[in-house]
Amino acid sequence: MTQPKIDTSLKTWDEIKTTTCYMCACRCGIKVYLKDGTVKYIEGNRDHPVNKGVICGKGASGIMQHYSPARLSKPMLRVGERGSGEFREIEWEEALTLATSWLAKVRSEDPKRLAFFTGRDQSQGLTGWWATQFGTPNYAAHGGFCSVNMAAAGLYTFGGSFWEFGEPDWKHTKYFLLFGVAEDHASNPIKIGLGKLKARGVKIVSINPVRTGYSAIADEWIGIRPGTDGLFAGALIHELLRNRKVDLDYLARYTNAAWLVIRNPGQADDGTFARNANGEPLIYDAVIGRPLSAHRADTSPKLIGEVTLVDGRRAVPSFMLLAERFLSDDYSPAKVAETCGIPADTIRRIAAELAKTAFEEELCLNIGWRDWAGRIHDKMIGRPVSMYAMRGISAHSNGFQTCRTLHLLQIILGTIDVPGGFRYRPPFPKPAPPGIKPAGKPGQVKPNTALPGPPLGFVTAPEDLLIDKDGKPQRIDKAYSWEAPFAAHGMMHTVIANAAKRDPYGIDVLFLYMANMSWNSAMNVAETTGHLTAKDEATGDYVIPHIIYSDAYASEMVHYADLILPDTTYLERWDCISLLDRPISEADGPADAIRQPVVEPDRDVRPFQTVLLDLGARLGLTGMTNEDGTPRYPGGYADYMVNHERSPGIGPLAGWRGKEGVFHGRGDVNPKQLERYIENGCHWFYELPDHVKYYRHANRDYLEWATSFGFIGRPDPIVFQLYLEPLQKFRLAAEGHGAITPPEEYRKRLITYFDPLPGWYEPLEESLRDHKEFPLHAITQRPMAMYHSWGSQNAWLRQILGRNWLYLARSRGEAMGLSDGDWVNVISATGRIKVQVKLMDGVNPHTVWTWNAIGKRSGAWALAPDAPEAKKGFLLNHLIAELLPERDGGYRYSNSDPVTGQAAWYDLRVRIEKAEDGSGISAPQFPTLKSFGWIAGRRRA
Amino acid sequence: MTSLPTPSSNQKKLGLVIDLDTCVGCQACATSCKEWNTQGYSAPLNDRQAYSASPEGTWLNRIHGYEVKAPEDEQSRIVHFPRSCLHCEEPACVTVCPTGASYKRAEDGIVLVNPETCIGCKLCSWACPYGAREYDYDHGVMKKCTLCVDRIYNDNFAVEDRVPACVKACPTGARHFGDLGDAESKVSRLVAERGGYDLLPEMGYKPVNKYLPPRKRSSEKMKATPSEPETMSEGKSRVDDFFRWADRLLSR
Repeated sequence: MTQPKIDTSLKTWDEIKTTTCYMCACRCGIKVYLKDGTVKYIEGNRDHPVNKGVICGKGASGIMQHYSPARLSKPMLRVGERGSGEFREIEWEEALTLATSWLAKVRSEDPKRLAFFTGRDQSQGLTGWWATQFGTPNYAAHGGFCSVNMAAAGLYTFGGSFWEFGEPDWKHTKYFLLFGVAEDHASNPIKIGLGKLKARGVKIVSINPVRTGYSAIADEWIGIRPGTDGLFAGALIHELLRNRKVDLDYLARYTNAAWLVIRNPGQADDGTFARNANGEPLIYDAVIGRPLSAHRADTSPKLIGEVTLVDGRRAVPSFMLLAERFLSDDYSPAKVAETCGIPADTIRRIAAELAKTAFEEELCLNIGWRDWAGRIHDKMIGRPVSMYAMRGISAHSNGFQTCRTLHLLQIILGTIDVPGGFRYRPPFPKPAPPGIKPAGKPGQVKPNTALPGPPLGFVTAPEDLLIDKDGKPQRIDKAYSWEAPFAAHGMMHTVIANAAKRDPYGIDVLFLYMANMSWNSAMNVAETTGHLTAKDEATGDYVIPHIIYSDAYASEMVHYADLILPDTTYLERWDCISLLDRPISEADGPADAIRQPVVEPDRDVRPFQTVLLDLGARLGLTGMTNEDGTPRYPGGYADYMVNHERSPGIGPLAGWRGKEGVFHGRGDVNPKQLERYIENGCHWFYELPDHVKYYRHANRDYLEWATSFGFIGRPDPIVFQLYLEPLQKFRLAAEGHGAITPPEEYRKRLITYFDPLPGWYEPLEESLRDHKEFPLHAITQRPMAMYHSWGSQNAWLRQILGRNWLYLARSRGEAMGLSDGDWVNVISATGRIKVQVKLMDGVNPHTVWTWNAIGKRSGAWALAPDAPEAKKGFLLNHLIAELLPERDGGYRYSNSDPVTGQAAWYDLRVRIEKAEDGSGISAPQFPTLKSFGWIAGRRRA
Repeated sequence: MTSLPTPSSNQKKLGLVIDLDTCVGCQACATSCKEWNTQGYSAPLNDRQAYSASPEGTWLNRIHGYEVKAPEDEQSRIVHFPRSCLHCEEPACVTVCPTGASYKRAEDGIVLVNPETCIGCKLCSWACPYGAREYDYDHGVMKKCTLCVDRIYNDNFAVEDRVPACVKACPTGARHFGDLGDAESKVSRLVAERGGYDLLPEMGYKPVNKYLPPRKRSSEKMKATPSEPETMSEGKSRVDDFFRWADRLLSR
């Protein structure tokens, strides 16, 4: 039989365009294959710094996202009641005129009555600036319910963080600890990195209550009890201190370990740093025998020993306080073992492995460098231990301090920005914390006036809070109030409830972008939809009078909005992945990127960023209009990307600046900048020379270069703040010191949680629940193929996973007489759900977990009403309260970290009971949403 | 019935080596396979009821996750197992084919289906013990992994991109492509080093694709002796002892 002849050089495309993926937050480079204007195939771009040619399960399914029948196709105006799905299609002009009328009224009366919150927004450089120009402090993206604990803890402690702020030195590290990283996090970068570690045989230890995803390939899995990572890390610190496995030189050089802390109990200066007349913190010099400025290079700082200052006050190096805390019995392996669910021997062994790797396998790169004081070093010494942490740390109400403890662990081992350790990604490091303060104080919010600064920033003292003279929050989400002073990413999860209760005040317009706030991004879904539909008894109007929503898809939130501004898909738009926003840099150098439209929209939709600039021009916002009142960026977002300058020479894109396109970082506007990006595959990467690739917190050449690029204001070294004085200032205020002190009901809370030393406390909600009544922790993660995405409506991804289960430990399940597929009621103090279980071994025995955001409301996302996502799938959100139980005189705090306001999704406690089921349908079920149906059933050509 | 080509002495055997120690189950290979092949040689790969209660489609590569605990393991493990055609040296799916539509290529050993002559009888899928073939109900023909025969020789790609879509996609580098007939090839050496193995060797079909088993776990990889357990009542002296050690001359 003859073998058929086949053409093995088929060319199924007629054009390939590069752009940037948007199937999650990683923002990988992609190449899109097109045939007759139709998307045929998407692959990773080999030249791109983020993904280096690979693509993940979501990215390769982007084609089905682009052609999803759930795409919105035209602006819509609500005509029925909220939630009814009764809309009429309108033209863009009508939509924009209406939105402008609502927004102009708010702006002319009281700009803060606009709450503008964006979700999975990759244009925060624009959206935050727009809010500033509008004049409302009520702006944030989704960071407040995602990872602000990590960002804030890192930035306040060492001027960097995990995620896009830094990465393990994948090439050199010899031991890797992965804390609380859900299997969905940081798709390709972490996968590429783990692949490198595997190829080199590096030991990977995963600390996670659930052994799936990345944990599945770890050499050792430590199935910790949720919310106790800080205690575990504290015990590792205990062991390292006890066994003298600490890099004292590193601590003396790069941290505030030697800075003198005043011991003056009960007085206004207690716990603050001793400072000289210039305000510089002091250390005690062992050779000279007196306190000297900590900023001097030529000192011999003592880490141990109480000192009497010139004025007679007593002070100790902050390191003594740290060591006392972590050497105490409270952090001993034997003491923490039961709470963490980790044998003490295991903790001691992991500590010994860390110490052995860090100190016996020291790494030396023969690369000379110049330190901050100008001293030349002929090599770079590295301690090849690296760590990474994310959601499992972040989503607890002790996450900020837990993350600080992890950073302390990294720092006492001397592993920050050294070969083999954890490396910054430029524009980081920044000063700890960065110097930007949030705007929105009383008097800063004025009719028809821009804010004097950005709405988000870093508070370091009570003076920076956004409160009035009575201590009342100025932001609708209560960020930067006494309730959440360091809320660096805002608190989106509290906006709807606060607005509905008019606490601290009512709003007129709620403007949301890409945030499914009536479903999987809401704590307590039923209550949230109640807030969205609540009416004023006196007037009969909705308590939140106007809701504007922009999304590309028919998500659950669309049904609860009044005016829908349909967005494009990610393949139909311009975007900039900007260093002014969340960067995509690599440790070896800064990077940014663009999206270009690879196909034109076939619907009457507009890219949100262009719409926002249009609205800004219609409102006459200063930055968006010319002096004659005409739009400043008539060419939309692409026009802004090229021509906007945030400060002279600094724009959204750092590559190919200047008239000739020869400058990088800082330079004049280049009219041909986008062409240069497209020529280069839609990305820009600036690799740093070797001598500035490490020790960048104290590397003079790096710091000077970073200053020239506008990343930092001055080339000063970044000193790690192990002892965090800003927290102590809040404690002192709570004790009644200073000009601005909290109302009585906040004082105990501030004194308890604003501890200048890292450490552990039991998560708040957990500490308020009866552990016998609710013996189990309940947590979620997204499946790897649906991270940060809108994936479960995707025709391919939903074939892989179209529903979720509740997983619990086999031992516990069997003891309850449960087997796979049985139904259980899951009960929390807030609510109950009925779901099906599966048993597994790889889960902490006190924990149940499920896939998040698979469950959909029936009728949403253009899925059939009886889709498994709706009928079998479920959310844990129904069990989670947005407010903690009453305390302190009846007040209910939000269910958040008391320092940062981070949503405490993982503090949930539940019990499960076997359920009798006749229906085969999960509960609760909500009324089926009306399908919009305009393009339902449409498939790609 | 269809006959197999007579292997040459230096027969090329193109195939995949899949590292079960490194695969995190991310589905990149599955969806990349689907998107390439739904527009390539196998096009289209159908999706039925895509937005309804029971969506199902044709996939040439599926990933399964198993939780396993070997007697010697302290802990269970989750192993992600990508499953696709193994391009067997003696594939029953070919010999069983009544029309010759299912065939093994002489030049590289790739097992393919000729959609022009496939009558959709499904005998091949019954014959394959690996469940690697999927019937396309929309088009009435059998579909299977082609090892991206329309990529690996495709002159329109740069040389480094002439690999199967799944290999190009894999973010952890768990998938390797090459000639397993050449003992000196990178993939053959990997199989030799890591103890790569055949699935169901007892069936006698001689799969070309190989799987690399999960590596030995931590205890063999890193040996550090933990310190003696701490004594609880000595908290204060523990601190004092540490302070004495840490009180030394340092420089900034």
